[in-house]
Amino acid sequence: MTTRLPSPTLPAAPHPRSNGIRHHVAALADRLGVALALIVLIVVFSAVAPYFLSVDNLFDVARQISVTAILGAGLTFVIMTGGIDLSVGSAVGVTAFVAVALSINGAPAPVALLGALAAGLIIGLINGVLVAGLGLASFIVTLAALTYLRGVTYVGTGGKTLFSTDLGYAVLGHGSLLGVPIPVLVMAAVFAGGWYLLNRTVFGRWVRAVGGNAEAARLAGIPVRRVLTTVYVISGLCAAVGGIIASARLQSAVPDLGAGYELSAIAAVVLGGTSLMGGRGSLIGTLVGAAIIGVLVNGMTLLDVSTFYQQIIQGAVIVLAVALDRLRMKSSGAQHA
Amino acid sequence: MGTLTKVPAAHLEGITKSFNGNSVLRGVSLSLHSGSVSVLAGENGAGKSTLIKVLTGIYQPDSGTIHIAGAPAHFSGPGDARAHGLTVIHQELSVVPELTVAENMVLGREPRHRLGRLDRGAARRLAVAALARVGSAIRPETYVAELSTGQQQLVEIARALSEEPRILVLDEPTAALSQDEADNLLRLVAELKAHGLAMLYISHRMAEIDRIADHVTVLRDGVVADSMARADMTPDRIVTSMVGRPVETMYQHRRATTCTDVRLQVSDLSSDRVQPCSIEVRAGEVVGLAGIVGAGRSELCRLVAGFDKAAAGRVEVDERHVDLGNPRSTAAAGIVMLPESRKEQGLFLDMSIADNVCLGTTFGRNRFGRTSPAALKRAATRYTEQMRVKTTGVDQRVGDLSGGNQQKVLLARCLAKQPSVLILDEPTRGVDIGAKADIYALINEVASKGVAILLISSELPEVIGLSDRILVMREGEIVAEVSGDGMTEEDIIRHATGSATAPPSLTEVTS
Repeated sequence: MTTRLPSPTLPAAPHPRSNGIRHHVAALADRLGVALALIVLIVVFSAVAPYFLSVDNLFDVARQISVTAILGAGLTFVIMTGGIDLSVGSAVGVTAFVAVALSINGAPAPVALLGALAAGLIIGLINGVLVAGLGLASFIVTLAALTYLRGVTYVGTGGKTLFSTDLGYAVLGHGSLLGVPIPVLVMAAVFAGGWYLLNRTVFGRWVRAVGGNAEAARLAGIPVRRVLTTVYVISGLCAAVGGIIASARLQSAVPDLGAGYELSAIAAVVLGGTSLMGGRGSLIGTLVGAAIIGVLVNGMTLLDVSTFYQQIIQGAVIVLAVALDRLRMKSSGAQHA
Repeated sequence: MGTLTKVPAAHLEGITKSFNGNSVLRGVSLSLHSGSVSVLAGENGAGKSTLIKVLTGIYQPDSGTIHIAGAPAHFSGPGDARAHGLTVIHQELSVVPELTVAENMVLGREPRHRLGRLDRGAARRLAVAALARVGSAIRPETYVAELSTGQQQLVEIARALSEEPRILVLDEPTAALSQDEADNLLRLVAELKAHGLAMLYISHRMAEIDRIADHVTVLRDGVVADSMARADMTPDRIVTSMVGRPVETMYQHRRATTCTDVRLQVSDLSSDRVQPCSIEVRAGEVVGLAGIVGAGRSELCRLVAGFDKAAAGRVEVDERHVDLGNPRSTAAAGIVMLPESRKEQGLFLDMSIADNVCLGTTFGRNRFGRTSPAALKRAATRYTEQMRVKTTGVDQRVGDLSGGNQQKVLLARCLAKQPSVLILDEPTRGVDIGAKADIYALINEVASKGVAILLISSELPEVIGLSDRILVMREGEIVAEVSGDGMTEEDIIRHATGSATAPPSLTEVTS
């Protein structure tokens, strides 16, 4: 027989169902997070700019954010492991060049697309192996990639815009299906797939675990290096999808296509509540984050705010949203003494 | 004692404190007197650290009062407590390794020349004087990283004393020290007492308490379980009030041990910190590993579990060679280890209980690497119920659980891997006593199913109570094996410290 002590008064789990309505309101705000900010923005803009809430305009916003959001989806995986991928903007440039160059040289559309995806995969693999295999800091590895990939694009395009009047896959930028623009459909597909991967597969658990506590993950028998390499590959593939859509919209490969996209994408991820320390985050958050930026830009444009001021306001909104999130975390974290 | 009739240097009355509705302190009263050492004893989770944090202004009590030298005081932060002459040496050292001793000594109150330039000469003089007070001649230019733990602690104490406190709180100061260093520290405590300092000394080491305490207060489950002056103090009385019942019954195991086949065979396994070691553990056997901190017990086990790379040697489980390449390959061979530090090496605090139980196992996994919250929940619930984890549900964040329940979650993951060999490194550290009893019961149960168990514990009664035999390690080497009636605390300590009268032989089997 085993002996057992009565120990009813030892610190046990906190009970979440004890504070009544105030608690429910707080819990709701907690769950909505920055989505609340998005809702507020939408309400305000639809009140002051009637055109804002029209279907056409909303699809416009969705199409405008699609590339940033897709990059953000890949970045969410990387950032959840505690890393960063600064090379996604330059990877958009390279993959767009590959797709357009293949098309111009007579390759059928599927081949051009596969070529771009392969380029994205290779870029991600190089980043991943350097970070996971050699243990280099992701910030430095991908900062270097940001630079050399842009160089590759310049070399490839010769510094000139490659333009094609009959780009085989132009429909991916301009077409629509049942009234929904195709870039928006692609974005939805990327997020649906990403959500499934992150929330419904063992790999997704591993990503969170590696970001939450890499040493514990290793000791628990999780293949940490493989997980790390894979998230950079995912990010590279997302960049390729972004490159395909961006080049389809423009029907061309511009040498500096994608420059600076990495910053908007990181902003979307951070706005969505994903922790730069790793372990915590969500893809839906990233989508909401991208939407906030998109709605803000669109709304301000409708209100004729000068683009100079738009930049200032955008930056301020990012700081504000992240600061609010931080305060929220602090107030809920203070309970765990 | 005459001092007891004077106004206490500090007096806590009726302190209560709760977190999220869990009362951690319930009406605790405590007095500290000048020129006297009060020991605060109690199991982990009894509320000692919370009480210290209240005393030093880190937490505000829900009710109760604090008096300093007879006058009511209210601390809204650690600075307030310091202003009242109250200084703490926390268990985790707060010196900065990258700075020199002198720089650490004046950290936050650097003597300056004009224009804010650091006055190095003054800093050096201050450091020398402060170190002299604690009887140390460490050079102030030395980087703290180069010092031993004991020396670092002296630096910390010297810094604390240079603030001229009237009350000094020492939170388990000898926990990480060697025997010599601990001796020095205890001597220093006696000197400070002679100088009239009031001290609160947190410890549960009986020898220490016996040596320095003028008064002992025992906390259990957030209340003062017992309080006694030196004259009435006996180790038995202290232990009994800490535990709340006679101790022996905790470790009843005595399984009908039918040890037959060797399940784990370790041969000449070594690394730069472990001398070649060989161990055999039979099916259903619990083998304890004893030794002082730093003797190489964890290091050896981490090699067996593939956590660290071994330099040489081999490991077999059920006569099959084990690939020690990484934790995954050893787990595949049936070796599973509960790491020493559950927060740093084991748990994912932001993730749910279900995730924490299933990660790295085949649990909650559907085909093609798919999973679902429902599958994870189902798999985890089986284990958490069996282990009596106290939760609101397996969705709960592991970071919100108490230490004991966190440890049970981690143990559940180990068991979910269906081990043939289970290595437990300090399985009950920082665990409350109810959970301890549960974990002991579990160890017995797992062993009785034929799992070979290696148990590391620094609590001797625990290793002795649970093990069939005990290997004693010293300086990276297995120096003795004891079993049966030979498993006494004295014997083990003699082997562990190298003070055995006869030269220790490798096969000192006493049964």
